[in-house]
Amino acid sequence: MLEQLTPDPQNWPGVDPRWSCMAQVISSAGVDAGHTRTWHYLDNQQVLREEGLEPVGIILAVHGNPTWSYLWRSVLAAGINAENPWRVIAVDQLDMGFSERTGTVRRLADRVRDLGDFTQHVGLDNTDLPVVILAHDWGGLISLGWALEHRDVVEAVALTNTAVFHDQIEKIPAALQLALNPAIHGWGTQKSTAFLDVTLHLAQNGGLDSVVYKTYAAPYRTAELRAGIRNFVADIPAGEATASYTDMVRIAEGIRDLHVPAFFQWGTKDPVFQRRYMADLQERMPQADVHRYENASHLVAEDEDIATPLFHWLEEQFLWNHTGRQAHQLAREEQQLHTDFEPMISEVLQRASDSSLAVVDMDSRNETQIASTLSWAELAQDINRVANGLEATGVRAGDRVNLMVPPGAKLTTLIYACLKIGAVIVVADTGLGAKGLTRALKGARPDFLVGIRPALVAARAMGWPGQKIAADPLPAVARKGLGVIASVADFSDISENTSYSVSPEDDAAVLYTSGSTGPAKGVVYTQRQISGMRDAIRHTYGLSAGTGLVAGFAPFALLGPALGATSVTPTMDVTRPKTLTASALSAAAAAIDATTIFASPAALMNVVRTANNLSEDQRNALKSVDLLLSAGAPLAVPLLEAVQSIVPQASIHTPYGMTEALPITDISFEEIKSALADGTERGLTGARDGVCVGRAVHGAEIQIAPLDNEGEPLEETTTEPGITGEIVVSAPHVKDRYDTLWVTERLSTATPGWHHTGDVGHFDEAGRLWVEGRLAHVLNTSQGVLTPVAMEQAAEEVPVVRRAAAVAVGPAGSATPVVIVETDPRAPQDGRANSALTAQVRQRVLQDTGIEVSAVLQVREHPTDIRHNSKIDRPLLARWAQKLLSGQKAKLKK
Amino acid sequence: MTSAVEVIEVTGAFSQRPVAEEDFAPRRDERVFVTGASGMLGREVSLELLRQGFDVTVFQRSDSGVGELLPESVRERFRQVRGAVTDMKAVQEGLEGAHGVIHLAAKVSFAGQWDEFVETNVRGTRVVLEMAKEAGISRFLFISSPSVAHTGTAFMGEGNGPATPELARGHYARSKALAENLALESDSDDFWVGVLRPHIVWGPGDTQLVERVLDRSARGTLPLLNNGTALIDTTYIDNAVDAIVAGYQRLENIHGTPLVVTNGQPREVAELLGGMCEAVGIPAPSRSVPASVARAAGAVIEKVWSVRPGKDEPPMTKFLAEQLSTSHWFDQKQTRELLDWSPAVSIEEGYARLGEYYGNRYKS
Repeated sequence: MLEQLTPDPQNWPGVDPRWSCMAQVISSAGVDAGHTRTWHYLDNQQVLREEGLEPVGIILAVHGNPTWSYLWRSVLAAGINAENPWRVIAVDQLDMGFSERTGTVRRLADRVRDLGDFTQHVGLDNTDLPVVILAHDWGGLISLGWALEHRDVVEAVALTNTAVFHDQIEKIPAALQLALNPAIHGWGTQKSTAFLDVTLHLAQNGGLDSVVYKTYAAPYRTAELRAGIRNFVADIPAGEATASYTDMVRIAEGIRDLHVPAFFQWGTKDPVFQRRYMADLQERMPQADVHRYENASHLVAEDEDIATPLFHWLEEQFLWNHTGRQAHQLAREEQQLHTDFEPMISEVLQRASDSSLAVVDMDSRNETQIASTLSWAELAQDINRVANGLEATGVRAGDRVNLMVPPGAKLTTLIYACLKIGAVIVVADTGLGAKGLTRALKGARPDFLVGIRPALVAARAMGWPGQKIAADPLPAVARKGLGVIASVADFSDISENTSYSVSPEDDAAVLYTSGSTGPAKGVVYTQRQISGMRDAIRHTYGLSAGTGLVAGFAPFALLGPALGATSVTPTMDVTRPKTLTASALSAAAAAIDATTIFASPAALMNVVRTANNLSEDQRNALKSVDLLLSAGAPLAVPLLEAVQSIVPQASIHTPYGMTEALPITDISFEEIKSALADGTERGLTGARDGVCVGRAVHGAEIQIAPLDNEGEPLEETTTEPGITGEIVVSAPHVKDRYDTLWVTERLSTATPGWHHTGDVGHFDEAGRLWVEGRLAHVLNTSQGVLTPVAMEQAAEEVPVVRRAAAVAVGPAGSATPVVIVETDPRAPQDGRANSALTAQVRQRVLQDTGIEVSAVLQVREHPTDIRHNSKIDRPLLARWAQKLLSGQKAKLKK
Repeated sequence: MTSAVEVIEVTGAFSQRPVAEEDFAPRRDERVFVTGASGMLGREVSLELLRQGFDVTVFQRSDSGVGELLPESVRERFRQVRGAVTDMKAVQEGLEGAHGVIHLAAKVSFAGQWDEFVETNVRGTRVVLEMAKEAGISRFLFISSPSVAHTGTAFMGEGNGPATPELARGHYARSKALAENLALESDSDDFWVGVLRPHIVWGPGDTQLVERVLDRSARGTLPLLNNGTALIDTTYIDNAVDAIVAGYQRLENIHGTPLVVTNGQPREVAELLGGMCEAVGIPAPSRSVPASVARAAGAVIEKVWSVRPGKDEPPMTKFLAEQLSTSHWFDQKQTRELLDWSPAVSIEEGYARLGEYYGNRYKS
């Protein structure tokens, strides 16, 4: 007799003992047809009945190896709710969990049949309710196999880390290959608990709670009880010769016409079911909504709350008339934001025979020397050549092309060539850091990578995805070594025009957020939206064809040809904006008689620093500039004044925006001064407590979603002055969506038609917007819901304070505000500020904002993001402050 | 047996607030029985009750010194009975004519034998409770301490949790926790028991904290633990007094729910102690000792003191080390709402008053 288990659900934390059920089911599986088998499963039906809840549908949850139904406890619990109740049946597969140990070796086909026997027994085969499968690991293949045989009841598919297909043993992830090795296999899976332990130790956030760990391991105490684990691993269809290979292929292909809504929640740190399995599934089920959890691994149900998003998704599918995305798109249409669609490339195409200058590159070593120029005609021709070459290399419309080429003529050509053939450009800049960049690229999964040599080397070293195309000529040896399939330099000139056919709703670009709060997010723009960005800039600043533009700020640099402006890239290290000197800027301006400058705050700071060395001629070259845009972060008045003295004729503007909407407001230096005066001298309502960013740009509308008592934005939005809330924006040039981040996208479009920016602010009485910080940085204190910027500005009024960050310490609702300062001269160590400085800061903050801070801490240098070196990592500071102020020793990790 | 009321020597009682004839409201014919009035807080509470028109009977072993502070016209409303809270007869005598009780008397010490704490703090509370019920009194305010719910770990924005004697640290906190639970068990519709837990009460003339800090800082022997970054909340004396008098008058609202009372101004220990020192012209303490060392030393010293008790309080105990090296501050929303009270004197104003009171005493 084989050892059998008796369920003891009272000992399973998170499980209501009433869920635990047993069933006697006659097997029809080939391996033991006719035998009666004992099944254990969790089912919340009894509790639903006791609470008088009528379920919307039934979720059939199938675990993998070596977990059991316990994996789904959060989903069972979440199903019991009044608004959107679902019956959840989580089964223990035979030989697994608390189901019978059969002493047989069950193959994929047996297991699919087993599941059918079970569902017939519990009445799933002929229910009137919609059935949704939810699966993990090998449960994915089994439940999808079951779904193909139960198409009439299956109405949706929800998957977590799983796989339905692998073609050969080489591609099996290393972690699994090890388990499959005959020398390891029996020992690792059955004789010892190694496979079980390795799997359970994949849990993130410090690992599983010890009681939870014990519960997972409970049904696998002895080697006999673990036979199922071994047999599962042995059945992995690792090659055509393996027993279950044909069944796997049948299922993997079959789901292509399983036309039901699908939702994938994926932990991308999983060493086994890696992103490529997610991509494979996406390819087979292109209708799927996908959310990647960048901080979760294999046991995504333990690492993240998967139940809440799942029920939100089910609600959209089964209770709403439209999904959230449909509602958002409908609302955007109703807003009638769309003007006539004029493709980005129009201007270039129209000027195909114009011999005037389009693009100028300054020499990378000699800032007064022009390295190369392209006329409009040459630009059009080169774009045509590259577009044709890309197509010949296999790049198709909709393919993602990662461009790793520094700004300048080459990048411009590549961008417009991609736009022309409908390829989607992926722009992840080195400002994300090597790790962040790798993560971003693995998330975006570009099909091609076009790069200069260092980028190709890095791609090789870091495993960046995409077929490699060299942007520059490369020696044959290097091409081979770097796996390069083509070189842009080899693309041959052609006389006829490459066909041009992009639809306004096609994807055009994936841009990346700076990742200052968590992993960088991919932001997808359509052709219409990216053209909208150009139109917003064009109309807001009155830029017309013939403008001479110095492109010192990467995101806007690509707009030059679309605007019909002659653009020049000044001599600078583009990865480090603070390398732009005043003389380089002047030389670039002189090269094209520039009238407009796009720059970043870091670049301008260095320009100001190096302006003393300018000669009379160099100064004169900057006198024809009538517009200067600084984007990325607000500029302090003294810096604006210094910039003004360098470009005396220019109107200086600091647009405000984010990767998801560039830009959304604009303000000039003059307006900044008058806004500040409105607050201090005239006491205008709302003209204080934040950074004034001005008014909406052309085409954009802005509203405020007021914060409730917990600091959460309300649904109803307002434009009333003086009310603080999340800034929401609608504009033709707002992003289409986040890339495979369903949960993030849902939050950002919570108000259909609008983008929730994640910034908080308010309007003043004159209709200007004031930004008060990030929603995630709002302080929920016993003094109320507070925003950080006003406190920080007040603290920065204390002479020695260079930069301040306000954070909350303590539990939400009863926390206390703390200000952390970076001083000049620099503090000798991180820790307590002395009592005098503390008193000064506290007094100033109290006087300006009415808020009393409990403590003032000092740091040598604030931790900031890599891209802008300006976004202070407040959550990190808050954790440090919390530890320090609880009386422990704490080190600020940067 | 020793008790707190004996330990504290009253050398020239004084009042924090004015005691001229016109500062006292007309008599309202309600008598409050206040225990432990030789301590700073008990004395000030008694004076404030008198100012607001209550009659007051103070009860403690030594002279409270309150009588001498009163203008002639108010003295007739004031009565003093001397005795120990464990003495049923004396308590019974004191309760004569009283309508309500504010029970402050306690053995407050970082050292001493467990039995002594039980005697004064637990048995004493039981006696006062039972005698009050016996006398037909229906209003009882017990003054407790947040340490009854302090387990030695960091408190941040803590609410008004129940007392946990089994987890409380040190004899004082554990005995007060037992006493508080005892008091709350008696709470009913016809015998209202309220509990207020003022946290670290300080002010001019306070021998428990202020003068210890100042004396030791003046000698340069006051260490900071872990650089004194633990955030703690305190209560300036006037605020504690106002809260207690408000609590007594709002027993209907607050009975059955213990409420922590503080200034609601958490400060780093180093800043707090430094502020007190600088107010009287002493340099702020700057020597830091690792908290773990202080805790270990405290544990040893505690053992030594328990075998060979000195006359003085021990220089460090485990409890004190924990108090000075872990954050403890509180969410005051519920307290302020139920008491309909808010602190009138800020910490900064408190420092200024220390400076005024001590004048040149600590200046060298």
